[in-house]
Amino acid sequence: MSTSDYDPACLPDLLPLYYRRLFPFSQYYRWLSYGGVSKNYFQNREFSFTLKDDIYVRYQSFTTQNELEKEMQKMVPYKIDIGAVYSHRPSQHNAVKSGTFQALEKELVFDIDMTDYDDVRRCCSAADICSKCWTLMTIAIRILDRALREDFGFHHLLWVYSGRRGVHCWVCDDAARKLSVAARSAVAEYLSLVKGGEETVRKVVLSDPIHPFINHSLSVVERYFQQYAIVDQDILGSKEIKFHNSLSVSYDLHFSCVSVKSNSKKGGQYFDKEIMLQYCYPRLDVNVSKGVNHLLKSPFSVHPKTGRISVPIDLKELDTFDPFEVPTISLICEELEKPRAEEAEEDDMKDKENEQEAGERRRIRDYKRTSLAKYVKVFDRFLEAMARSRKGEMLKKSGEIEKDSVFHIHLILAFTLQMD
Amino acid sequence: MQFPGRRKKLIGSSQNDLYDHCLQFYGQPPLENISLTEFETFAVERLKLLKTVENLGVSCVKNSEQYTKKLDAEISRISEYEKRRKDHISHFILRLAYCQTEDLRRWFIQQEMDLFRYRFNDLHSKHKTDFLHKNNLKYETVSAEEKKSLQDKLIASSYGLSGTKVEEHDVYKVPFQDALDLVRTRKVYLLAGNAYIPHHEIVTIVLNDFRTRLSKALAMTARSLPAVQSDERLQPLLSHLSHAYVGQDYSIQKNIGKISLEQIDALSGKSFPLCMRHLHKALRENHHLRHGGRMQYGLFLKGIGLSLEQALQFWRSEFVKGKVDADKFDKAYAYSVRHMFGKEGKRTDYTPYSCMKVILSNPPSQGDYHGCPFRHSDPELLKQKLQNYKVSPSGTNQILELVKGMHYQLACQKYFELTHNVEDAGFSLNHPNQYFTESQKLLSGGRDIKKEVDMSQRSQENPASVTRPSQANSKQIFLDEIQELSDPS
Repeated sequence: MSTSDYDPACLPDLLPLYYRRLFPFSQYYRWLSYGGVSKNYFQNREFSFTLKDDIYVRYQSFTTQNELEKEMQKMVPYKIDIGAVYSHRPSQHNAVKSGTFQALEKELVFDIDMTDYDDVRRCCSAADICSKCWTLMTIAIRILDRALREDFGFHHLLWVYSGRRGVHCWVCDDAARKLSVAARSAVAEYLSLVKGGEETVRKVVLSDPIHPFINHSLSVVERYFQQYAIVDQDILGSKEIKFHNSLSVSYDLHFSCVSVKSNSKKGGQYFDKEIMLQYCYPRLDVNVSKGVNHLLKSPFSVHPKTGRISVPIDLKELDTFDPFEVPTISLICEELEKPRAEEAEEDDMKDKENEQEAGERRRIRDYKRTSLAKYVKVFDRFLEAMARSRKGEMLKKSGEIEKDSVFHIHLILAFTLQMD
Repeated sequence: MQFPGRRKKLIGSSQNDLYDHCLQFYGQPPLENISLTEFETFAVERLKLLKTVENLGVSCVKNSEQYTKKLDAEISRISEYEKRRKDHISHFILRLAYCQTEDLRRWFIQQEMDLFRYRFNDLHSKHKTDFLHKNNLKYETVSAEEKKSLQDKLIASSYGLSGTKVEEHDVYKVPFQDALDLVRTRKVYLLAGNAYIPHHEIVTIVLNDFRTRLSKALAMTARSLPAVQSDERLQPLLSHLSHAYVGQDYSIQKNIGKISLEQIDALSGKSFPLCMRHLHKALRENHHLRHGGRMQYGLFLKGIGLSLEQALQFWRSEFVKGKVDADKFDKAYAYSVRHMFGKEGKRTDYTPYSCMKVILSNPPSQGDYHGCPFRHSDPELLKQKLQNYKVSPSGTNQILELVKGMHYQLACQKYFELTHNVEDAGFSLNHPNQYFTESQKLLSGGRDIKKEVDMSQRSQENPASVTRPSQANSKQIFLDEIQELSDPS
């Protein structure tokens, strides 16, 4: 097992090592600066830390990557949350005239938590997860990713494993970060199909006409339904899971579909679809997505109970993603301590020349030696895509895009050189 | 006030320009002089209209035939020009009265939007287009080829669209941020961040615009309010207007400490409305409530008279029986209880939720127990619960009928009548704390509480204002009318 038994009691020893040598600070800073297009974007970002003994501190902010590193290494947070970009530096919010300190922008985020599915999964409950119910997360990611890209036109989505029982999505497009509270809540409502609490048995209600979004989502669910619900969860074999009283439900293996016979005369032409959606469709917490100032667990932070790192998920390998293979902090610290190869000694010489760069280079070499490497790569690719898209935007803005955009840029350069 | 002397001067020549459309966005404030009487009358009439809009919005499905007919009936018939002028002026007067707090603004915006929507839908198609052009709402129309390729999807996403309609009429491409109401309810086709709006749905877009403008305007009005309030003729009028809406908000705790923690279990069965009884039971059984439930129930308890210390004790003792130890409670949950009482953060003394708020906002999901059981529970489960609480089968049926008709507050009132064994509740239910107060009043057979309530309302409404002897009478009549608006029973 790649878990390398994690013991929460070791956190005080492991975290300092993690923050000194493994946490990908430069990529993290690159992400949150968003190309430096907006002034003070990073400086006005709120972070919150949960320190040892559950001490919670809000309104942390940093002026440079260096300061972020130093502070994190000093405070050694057990949990890190990312909040909004404010009108002023969060660390100075008390000095600001009351009413003028405001949350301005933040990524659009989604939080899918396995506990919200407790009424429809038999294998686990509460904080537990297993390979059987993890499929729910796969389905959630596929459905939401498609909708956010194709329906809403977003491009830069970062999916992150939460470390224990769910996944988070960070939508990082410019337009997404500027969304109002009303817009965020509208997006979350559009994406919600499963409604109702303890008191509701029939949580999905469909009526004509069926919106294209629902059809897209159904086709994703159908791909996974037989293996997940019929085989793994064995929903038909259970008396615990409630169906609507007047329905008798069976599964047609030949046509791979749910077949529903209803005793009552009311409506219900879509009972089969409703059942599939009730068992599989993503359940998101609208309140997490609504607030511009809502704080959400940061990627690459450690989950104190499981020790797992909140790593980005590579959607190209989504079907083989296994939350139990995600490295824990103890594993990667252990991998770090393994004897170093000869080439490492050469690099040591180069390091002595320039301490600061050396620190970074060492860190880059360090995480590459651990299981964290492949996840940082996913993050790198995500950052690259955003950088490319920013370049495209800048070219567009710096005048009309004509065939000779290169010529155009030369002209600008010539001008500015002259003015110097 | 730029125009000296007689109003009549204005009506003459520019009559056609000023009010050339029956509907407007209220972009420009009125610039004429009006008498104090007109000021008062216009304001009260519009307020009455907005209250009617509010009540209809709760008891009927908005924009259904029934709703439209009833609203038609309320709008009186006077000359078109007079109507429009009154509309213009009264809107701006009420802005003054309703700009000051978040709650007032929200209410005002909601009713004005509903009114606007009703009136826009009433317009002929040509007038709709006129309105759009006049107000600079130019949205891109979708090309014929694109319409053809998306035809099926458009029909499947929008209400009332057929193949021919798509071909013949315009479809507008609008950034999804400008069509939030349609996005929220998934009543529109979305592609690459754009909403494809058929011609007849354009009202929702217009409404969005209306809401944004009004919201900004109210914020600005609030800033210039001090200047207006210094006019002693207007100040009492304006504050009475806004109190007519707020009325009893149960944040005044005259009865702090009159409830002891031991009484709560018994009270929950006798005097709590169903929603709070449900929450209390869930708390006792699970030794936990999620945020939505804690807010709704916690604020209610504050409203019935629990002090902060009592509340902390109550919640702690319950949570500690569950998975939360005393330390964790103090760290995580105590803060939020103190927050409710206005002792943390921005120190707002939050008011207990009214029925409207419970019914319309924050619907419960898996693991939640808050909300209005008449609105949010499955009818089957609601029936069972009522039977468990020993409501007669015929009574249960009456309640279920009301629920089917979406008359949730009436259903709760019926529940009150059945559990207290009275034919008529004697009040019009709009707040869970009101349910509690009325119940206690009934059970103790006393009139004391009601008198206290009346007294406090009167004392709120009479700041030491200088009343001119000659106008004293009309002022009193005006104040009485306002009083009536806040107390529909």
